[in-house]
Amino acid sequence: METVSMKILKALETNSRLTNSDLAIMLDVSEDEIRSEISRLENDHIICGYHTLINWNTVSDEDVTALVELRVTPQGGDGYQKIAEKIKDFPQVVTLYLVSGAYDFLVTVKGRTLKEISLFVSGKLASLPEVQSTTTHFALSKYKELGVDLDVEKTDKRMVVTP
Amino acid sequence: MRELLSQKVLQLKPSGIRKFFDVANEVPGVISLGVGEPDFDTPYHIREAAVQAMQSGKTFYTANHGLLELRREICNYTYRKTGLKYDPESQVMITVGGSEAIDIALRTIINPGDEILYIEPSFVSYLPCIIMADGVPVPIELKQENRFRLTREQLEQAVTPKSKALFISYPNNPTGAIMEREDLEALADVIERHNLLVISDEIYSELTYGQEHVSLASLPGMKERTIMINGFSKNFAMTGWRLGYALGNQEVIEQMIKVHQYVIMCAPTVSQYGAMEAMANGEADAASMRESYNQRRRYLHHELERLGLPCFQPEGAFYMFPDIREFGMSSEDFAMDLLNQEKVAVVPGSAFGESGEGFVRISYAYSIAELKEALARIERYIQKKRSE
Repeated sequence: METVSMKILKALETNSRLTNSDLAIMLDVSEDEIRSEISRLENDHIICGYHTLINWNTVSDEDVTALVELRVTPQGGDGYQKIAEKIKDFPQVVTLYLVSGAYDFLVTVKGRTLKEISLFVSGKLASLPEVQSTTTHFALSKYKELGVDLDVEKTDKRMVVTP
Repeated sequence: MRELLSQKVLQLKPSGIRKFFDVANEVPGVISLGVGEPDFDTPYHIREAAVQAMQSGKTFYTANHGLLELRREICNYTYRKTGLKYDPESQVMITVGGSEAIDIALRTIINPGDEILYIEPSFVSYLPCIIMADGVPVPIELKQENRFRLTREQLEQAVTPKSKALFISYPNNPTGAIMEREDLEALADVIERHNLLVISDEIYSELTYGQEHVSLASLPGMKERTIMINGFSKNFAMTGWRLGYALGNQEVIEQMIKVHQYVIMCAPTVSQYGAMEAMANGEADAASMRESYNQRRRYLHHELERLGLPCFQPEGAFYMFPDIREFGMSSEDFAMDLLNQEKVAVVPGSAFGESGEGFVRISYAYSIAELKEALARIERYIQKKRSE
């Protein structure tokens, strides 16, 4: 059996606008329980935020995303931790993963223009002493983000009324 | 031209749903709660299995019964769910949706004039299929105060010496009712005493909330006389695949196969391969869809209560069947007016038989966000009606 907190997480993951009262009805528990579960999940940093997925490309040309591969030299006892902390501090960095394979970090970087991102990568990331090399891939099109299809307006494929 | 056509067909009433669909379909910006099928896509691994079957050229006819591997999977699945053992070689057949199984089961058992007792309100095809098979339809009107369950007394009252079979469908479309073990037990000896066959349409068997579905066939003495119909449409979100099955006594299945083979040959092959994947690896998908429906069910029921629309809390399928008699309109007028005023489509209860009059069917195969918007409109509508 799934726990109430797992059910809350799954429900909020796809619709963060559900109110405590909605969740209480949907999961058949008291609103107090929902409230305290959600506070706990927030305090434990399991729920890390309530964001809105926006397809910026439809409203602005100044939205550029790049995936940057970084090869780095891990630091003595700290391994990758210290360098990760340095990189994630930059506001331009929106995701940061340590990955297996031919390079170490995969960094998603956002900026207004290609030039802005280029300057950031060469000026800030590449100049960190631990960084050995960078490879930058600019995103040309976005099709799907966070499991949501960005191109197609989600329409109900069913007929309006069926038996 | 009409005089050249079959009187039997000419006299069939067109489906009330069809008529309503034609109107609702023309309304721009309509929010529909009128759909009788899951909103989920068929799980990806099931679609993939079908694509693979198609690409590797598995596109020929199958045996009339259907693929033996699929029949084995169905028997295993049925055993896991009900504890009933059916022989894959002789006691199961794959059909084109549950709908075909309903039709051929009736055609296989009816001699002209046989009475078929069936519950109402119910799915739209039962009545016309009984008529087409030259049976005499005998509706048993279910009552809201019984939560639309069939009672022993009602069955006793309806039985006559001409009764051939009882046709039930739980979890029920359109009411959302279920029958628990003790409800079914109360029917069993009546069925036995009057030597009735049973057709049990269990197409929503995965969709019960709070308790497991109980199959009438699993009661002592019932398996032999029950034709159990099930399928993939509702349980695994596979409506367009048109795949169902019937389980039953070898002698009955053997005769049903004859009708099936001359009418349709076999169910679509590619769908059968998809269904094999659903049977083998689809139960987690069914469970996760069930959890979503259950959350919506609680939400919708809470909202109907808040709006003061009387409706028992349904425990199966994905429908609610609220009572709209306070507005003094026929259910068709109510649905039509709601559609025109607020662009929300619900299905008039009368589409499911005369005893559905005074009710409407609301489906909750919709996201919470969609339900919210539709309910806001329904609330506006009924407040206006009440203040008139």
